[in-house]
Amino acid sequence: MSDTALAPTPAPIRPWKVTPRMVAPQLGLAFGGAVAAMAVVLATGLAGFDGWLVVFVPISIIGTLLLSRSKGAVASVDAIVGNGIVTVAGISFYPIVSLLWTVISQGLDALLNWNFVSSDMRISGPDDELNMGGALHALVGTLMMVSIAAVITLPLGVLTAVYVTEVRGKLRTLVRFIIQSMSGVPSIVAGLFIYSTVVMGMNKFSGLAGGLALAILMLPTVARTAEEVLKLVPDDLRSASYALGAPQWRTTLFVVLPTVRSGIVTSGILGVARIAGETAPLLLTASYFTATTFSPTEGPVASLPMFTFGLLQSGTEYSFARAWACSLLLLLAVFVLFTIARALSGRDKR
Amino acid sequence: MGAVVDSGSERAVPLNVPAKREIVARSSRGDRIFRGIVSAGALSSLVLLGLIAVFLIVRSGEIFGRFGLDFIFSSDWTAGAEADGSDSTFGVWAMLIGTIIVSLIAVIVALPLAVGAALFIEFYLPERLRSAVRMLVDISAAVPSVVYGLWAVSIFSGAASSWGELLHKFAGWFPLFGVENEQYDRSPFVAGLVLAIMITPIITSVSREVFSRTPPDLVNASYALGGSRWGAIRNVVLPYGSSGVVGGTMLGLGRALGETVAVYLVLNLVFKPNFRILESQGGNVASLIATKFGEASQYEIKALLAAGFVLFVLTMVVNMAATYIVQKKSPLES
Amino acid sequence: MTDVKGHEVTKMVETQEAVAVSSRQKAGLEARGIHAWFDKHHALEDVNLFFPENTVTGLIGPSGCGKSTFLRILNRMHEFIPKAAMAGEVLLHDGDIYDPSVNPAEIRLKIGMVFQKPNPFPAMTIAENVVAGVKLAKLKVASRDEVIEECLTRAGLWKEVKDRLGAKGGSLSGGQQQRLCIARALAVNPEVLLMDEPCSALDPGSTLRIEETIGELSKTMTIIIVTHNMQQAARVSDYCAFFLADGGPGHLVESGLTSQMFTTPTDKRTEDYVQGRFG
Repeated sequence: MSDTALAPTPAPIRPWKVTPRMVAPQLGLAFGGAVAAMAVVLATGLAGFDGWLVVFVPISIIGTLLLSRSKGAVASVDAIVGNGIVTVAGISFYPIVSLLWTVISQGLDALLNWNFVSSDMRISGPDDELNMGGALHALVGTLMMVSIAAVITLPLGVLTAVYVTEVRGKLRTLVRFIIQSMSGVPSIVAGLFIYSTVVMGMNKFSGLAGGLALAILMLPTVARTAEEVLKLVPDDLRSASYALGAPQWRTTLFVVLPTVRSGIVTSGILGVARIAGETAPLLLTASYFTATTFSPTEGPVASLPMFTFGLLQSGTEYSFARAWACSLLLLLAVFVLFTIARALSGRDKR
Repeated sequence: MGAVVDSGSERAVPLNVPAKREIVARSSRGDRIFRGIVSAGALSSLVLLGLIAVFLIVRSGEIFGRFGLDFIFSSDWTAGAEADGSDSTFGVWAMLIGTIIVSLIAVIVALPLAVGAALFIEFYLPERLRSAVRMLVDISAAVPSVVYGLWAVSIFSGAASSWGELLHKFAGWFPLFGVENEQYDRSPFVAGLVLAIMITPIITSVSREVFSRTPPDLVNASYALGGSRWGAIRNVVLPYGSSGVVGGTMLGLGRALGETVAVYLVLNLVFKPNFRILESQGGNVASLIATKFGEASQYEIKALLAAGFVLFVLTMVVNMAATYIVQKKSPLES
Repeated sequence: MTDVKGHEVTKMVETQEAVAVSSRQKAGLEARGIHAWFDKHHALEDVNLFFPENTVTGLIGPSGCGKSTFLRILNRMHEFIPKAAMAGEVLLHDGDIYDPSVNPAEIRLKIGMVFQKPNPFPAMTIAENVVAGVKLAKLKVASRDEVIEECLTRAGLWKEVKDRLGAKGGSLSGGQQQRLCIARALAVNPEVLLMDEPCSALDPGSTLRIEETIGELSKTMTIIIVTHNMQQAARVSDYCAFFLADGGPGHLVESGLTSQMFTTPTDKRTEDYVQGRFG
């Protein structure tokens, strides 16, 4: 600030901001190319979206080349690669958008009937209309088995994480390696393992067996997420506690773990999101039952993914409607779990 | 301390340097109990993985004992009526080959899509849309496979088989794209594409994460030298993130190898090795287990457990390789 | 009166006089009415500076006074920070580098930059690092090897690395890495070189080498260097500009010949700062 009176402060500007004027040619190219490709598709009878894409990509590449020609080689390459990356990203997002759209639009049909969440399929069959029967048995079963898995996995996962980050035991490299490898165990193998032990031992399918199979799949997710979370605890905190004369177990239980409480919860939530929709292990352990059961030890138990899988194979129109509705329930569950996890993950940071 | 000054050419040997003291920290009883509990919990995962291998092999030992390597290298799967299995023959070769083919198709298609999407999210997408798209990717990685299967059966597989037909029409001279019967649905190609769609978000998510951790210093250096966005990506981001991309790809490959339900729904299982990927016949170990399990005899169940063990070993090898690569080739740090 | 390099000495002052000065001395770079914002935060206020061609200007001031921000505005690196904004003009050859018709990548070719922390590309060899910019901008060079030797020599590194050009850039010591980064910046033939505390991560020996390099380079290019080290500013710069934040946005307190700034500053705060009373 000099002594002389200054002119009023100018308004902040961002000269590097991309203005509509600058993108106009690009947008024009995209739109023109899209229309032209559409015309070619209609005229030549190429198949739907894929045919359109086959025509659109070359048009967009040539167009980009022409547009950036004046700016030199580096800018041209940059523009073309940029175009390619955007196209590739578009292709890679297309399936999930299509999937979400279909699940929502098809799933609402059955889900908007109250009976879909309040009754089971004990007295309803695949040919019954959507105002009869529902997914209550599957909801209850999934909740039961996921709870069993969570109750087993959370303590084990946190202990594993504490072993690796706090106790720093001799085998921590091996333990991390094993956890990493376990995350690659195919879900059907986890199912086979529980089948060959629990199911063969009890001589029947059960919710307990299903829960145990899911636990095998959930453990690595929980352990790894919890480990990441514990690593974020600053060492100062531990030093402070040790300097006050606290032993390690008090430091861990009363200083380290409480600071990452929501992080630990997050690890559990992500673990649940990982297993809630698993079908293959349940096929071999919990199997499927049409009625609502609350007992984890007395025979087969239904679950949302198994219900969906069965509906899919029976193939009637109403079955498909129910299958879409189940899918919608599963996606809603995943969405809710992720949203909670995201909301929580910001909480531990100060 | 009296240092001996030696003016000679030899290095002075200092005297009176005490031996290093060993620091012994006796832990309290509380700590010992605590460590015991924690270690027991942590080692449970080790024990569990061991148990999986042991139980699968013990329960299926009879099969390996009887068929030996033929179980892996032959393709005949006939379940007889006899309870002792004397009229049964089991071999997973076609299924194993099929699993690898389908997974490779998935990885080959998914890798470029995922890297493109990851670069797009981190370097092309406007900042304020970024977190929403990241969430979309994370959710698509968590969409249950049965939902993917449902979508594939009702929406996607029709388009995919028509692409297969087109591919045959224009590139049928290439052995992989040849066909004997003009039937293009439920082919390894279709199943591979479905798997590709399922693992793309997994690879995208991991790649995106490592790309976003590229040191800004290096990106800035690239820009300060007059480099373009692509220049920065090619010279800094890709070399830095390559190990992460490899790790993510291996993770996706592992997932593809073990995927059951989605493949079951879109692949026609035939017990004959088939390399014509557009044709409606393929193999898959996990789908084999799901298909045969319902009506299997006690003896055939043992064979399915043996097949499960083979799949387990295959995925473990891929995963351990992935872990090793990622740890060995972690991003260069200056 | 003339200074060490025989330039006609003119006190660098704000706006009107700066224009008057430019008619006598050729401009390497000129900043007019520069403001900077990060989102709502006003970080830098109304900076006007004239950088004569082939001189070294030191930007000094306590942390957080906006001098690094100012430096990044001079070659359009500022815009990579999300939510950043600016106002004012930066003139190179009388053309505003923020003009919408200008390609920022070309500006960064003409106005090179050396960063606080040495940042050679870790996956590239020493030789590849030197010509990285040439490759990035697809410049035509007669001989790649000549460029490498020339730039490494100018950066004072050639003798130390000529036998291991194939080694990775990361294998060098910190001071060598920084000189490699200077060589890398030189390889694209910039007219102006910006240096953001290039020695802050280095030991005194390496610092000395880099200061010698700066002296050499200033014969042929305009150098603008941010430094926290008063002795360094006194040693290497012909002109100095003192920035201060004072709780409000950072601004230019005083600028002029280094010799004057260090002996007879006009502002009390400058005097206090250069004598180490605060900051």
